[in-house]
Amino acid sequence: MDLLRFSTAGSVDDGKSTLIGRLLYDTKSIFEDQLESIEQTSERRGDDYLDLALLTDGLKAEREQGITIDVAYRYFATPRRKFILADTPGHIQYTRNMVTGASTVNLAIILIDARNGVVEQTRRHSFISSLLQIKHLIVCVNKMDLVDYSEEQYNKVVEEYEQFSSKLKIPDIRYIPISALKGDNVVNESEHMPWFQGSPLLYTLETVHVDNDYNHVDSRFPVQYVIRPQSDSKTDYRGYAGRVSGGVFKPGDDIMVLPSGFTSKIKSLDFFGEELEEAYTPMSVTMTLEDEIDISRGDMIVKPENQSTMGQDIELMICWMNEKKLVPRGKYRLRHTTRDARCIVKDVRYKVDVNTLHRVEDDKSMGLNDIGRILIRTTVPLLHDSYARNRATGSVILVDEFTNETVAAGMII
Amino acid sequence: MDYRLSHLQQLEAEAIYVIRETAAQFERPVLLFSGGKDSITMAHLARKAFYPAKLPFPMMHVDTGHNFPETIEFRDKFVADMGARLIVASVQESIDKGRAMEEKGPNPSRNGLQSITLLDAIEEYKFDGCLGGARRDEEKARAKERFFSHRDEFGQWEPKNQRPELWDIYNGFLHKGENFRIFPISNWTELDVWMYLEQEKVPLPNLYFAHKRKVVNRDGVLLAESPFITLMNGEEYEEKTVRFRTIGDATCTGAVLSEAGDIPTIIEEVAATRQTERGARADDKRSESAMEDRKKAGYF
Ligand SMILES: Nc1nc2c(ncn2[C@@H]2O[C@H](COP(=O)(O)OP(=O)(O)O)[C@@H](O)[C@H]2O)c(=O)[nH]1
Repeated sequence: MDLLRFSTAGSVDDGKSTLIGRLLYDTKSIFEDQLESIEQTSERRGDDYLDLALLTDGLKAEREQGITIDVAYRYFATPRRKFILADTPGHIQYTRNMVTGASTVNLAIILIDARNGVVEQTRRHSFISSLLQIKHLIVCVNKMDLVDYSEEQYNKVVEEYEQFSSKLKIPDIRYIPISALKGDNVVNESEHMPWFQGSPLLYTLETVHVDNDYNHVDSRFPVQYVIRPQSDSKTDYRGYAGRVSGGVFKPGDDIMVLPSGFTSKIKSLDFFGEELEEAYTPMSVTMTLEDEIDISRGDMIVKPENQSTMGQDIELMICWMNEKKLVPRGKYRLRHTTRDARCIVKDVRYKVDVNTLHRVEDDKSMGLNDIGRILIRTTVPLLHDSYARNRATGSVILVDEFTNETVAAGMII
Repeated sequence: MDYRLSHLQQLEAEAIYVIRETAAQFERPVLLFSGGKDSITMAHLARKAFYPAKLPFPMMHVDTGHNFPETIEFRDKFVADMGARLIVASVQESIDKGRAMEEKGPNPSRNGLQSITLLDAIEEYKFDGCLGGARRDEEKARAKERFFSHRDEFGQWEPKNQRPELWDIYNGFLHKGENFRIFPISNWTELDVWMYLEQEKVPLPNLYFAHKRKVVNRDGVLLAESPFITLMNGEEYEEKTVRFRTIGDATCTGAVLSEAGDIPTIIEEVAATRQTERGARADDKRSESAMEDRKKAGYF
C-alpha cells in the first residue's frame, strides 16, 4: 500500500479541526476511548456539540485557548492508501510550525470559509505551499451549508482564488465545495450540490498521483555515515550509508565523489546482508565502491555526467522563524543534506509582501514569519541543486550560533 | 519504470535515516530499550542501519523493578543475540539512594519515577542523544513531537516552543548538559509496527500473545497478578485468556482479553479494535494531560 503525506491549513475558524474530525470519524480512525475523553471534556466545558478539535489539540495550552499552536500528526488509512496528516496552525504567530508541517508533504489542503472568501492567511498559506514546491493543492471551500450550497457563491470564491494563485507556481490545484460540519463532499458525495462535477475530498486524496513528484533523474547520494565493522571477518568492509536523494544508482555505475572529484564504480548496494539491484529515492542503503578513496560524511556521490552544483555563494528564498531578527552580515550555522557549514548573510535582496506577492525593497529587515530572498556565503562549498529541481539537495536550515535554534528555512534558487 | 516504495518501506527508510543521523550528530547516543514491541522494532532498525557493523551505541533499559520476569529474560537474550552492550538503570536503586520516592496507595506506579532514573543515567553516562520508540499515534501530546526533540539541562520538554523541523534536516545542536530525544518511528502506527514485525520475523516476548493469566479488573483495566499489586477490598484474581498490547510496568499495564496467538491474528485484532493501545494503561487514565505533564518532567 502506498503513502500520502498531506497537510491542512486555513485561517482560524475556517473549519480545519471540524474537517479533520470528520475525515477521521468517517474513516473510523477515532477510537472509543478517545471519543469518550473528548465527550467528557466537551461536557465539562459546557459545549453544546462534540468539539472534534479536542482530538487534534494535544497540548494543554491549546485546549485552554482553543487554538492550534504546533503541528499535530494524525494517521489514518483506507483500503487504498495510508495517510499521514500534518494538522498545521492557522495563526500567523505560529507560521513557522505551519512550515514545519508542510515541508514534508505531497499535498496541501487549504480551507476557505465560503462566506468570507480569500483572506490574508489563505494567501500566506498558499504562498508558503508554493515556495515549498508542494505540487498538489486542494482548495476546500467550506461551510457551503451556510451559503445555501450556492454554486454562484462557490464560483465567486474559486475565481477570487484563481486570480491570486495565477501568480504562484503550483501545477495542480483542485477545488471542492464542502461542508465539514454536515459532511458534504468530504467522504460522501453531497446531495445538496448536484452542480458539482468533481469527486469528494477523500476520494481525491486516495487517487491523486504523486509518484512522479520525486526526482528520479539526477542521481544524488549524500554520504551520511561511514560503516566500518570492527570484527575480524569483515575488516575490509567499508560502506557508505545514506539516503538516495535523487535519481537511481545501480551496481557497476560510474560515480564521482564531490567535492574531491575522485571517480570509481559502485561495487554493491547493500541492505542488511542483501545486495540490491538498484537504489532510488527515498531509500536508505549502504554503498560500497570498487576503489578505496577517502570519503566522509558530508560528501556527495553523483554520476560524472550529471553533477550537482558546487559553490559558496548561494541565493536563497527564506522563511524567517525566530523572534530575533535576521542580522545583516550576521553569521549563522548552516545545515545542508548531511553537511554542516557556517555562513554569512551578504545581502537581503528583498522581502515579499504575501498579500500582493510584490517585492518589498525599501524595508529589508527580516523578522518572525517574514519571507524574502537573501545571498549567503558559506565557509565550505555546498553540493547543491536548486530547490525547484530537488527538494532534498536544494534545502538548507540556518541555525543561531548562540541559541542553537533553527532560525530560517532556506530554499536554494 | 516503477520507482515506488510501499508505505512500510518508506517508514523503514525514514527511520533508518534518522537513526544514522543520530549516530552522526551526537557524541554519546544511546538506544532506550524497554523490551516492548516498539523498542524491539527500534533495535531491529538500528541493526539494519549499521549492518554489517554492530550498533555504534549502547542500549539502556530503565528498569522499574516491576517488570514481568518474561520481559527481563527476553531482553537479555535479545541484546546478547544482537551483540550489543546493555546498560540497566534501576528505579529501585534511585529509590534506595533517596533520589526518588515510592508513590503511596494501593496502586503505586513507578512510571513517573522512571524519569528521575532516566535523567540521572543520562547525566552519569553523559548521553546527549537518546533514541526512543515513541510514536505520534500513541497519544495526543506525542502527536506533537518532533523527530529530534530538544530537552533543556533539566531534561524538560518545552512543547510550546519547539524548534521548527524542516524537511529531513535535523538540528541536533545543543549546549552542554542538554540532550535530545530522538523518535525515528514517529510516523508509524501500532498496525505498522505489527506488520513490520511480521514481515521481518523478529522475535517477540510471549506476553504479546494470548495466554492464560490471573488478572484483576481495576477501574476497567485488567492488571496481571504480581507481587507488586495489593488487592483491595472485594477484589479477586480471575484466570482469563489475555495478551498485552503494550509491555511496561506491571502495576499499570493492562491486559486485554484476546485469543490472538500469532502476529497475523494480532494484526486482524488491532485493525478491528476500537480502543487505543494506551487505553489499557492506568498511568494515562489519571488525567487528560498526564502524558504531557510527564514528558515535560523528562519522561521518554
Ligand atoms: N455551518 C458550518 N459550520 C462549520 C463548518 N465547518 C466548521 N464549522 C464551524 O466553524 C467553527 C470553527 O470550526 P473549527 O473546525 O474549530 O475551525 P478551525 O479553527 O479552522 O479549526 C465551529 O463552530 C464549527 O462548528 C461547516 O461546514 N458548516
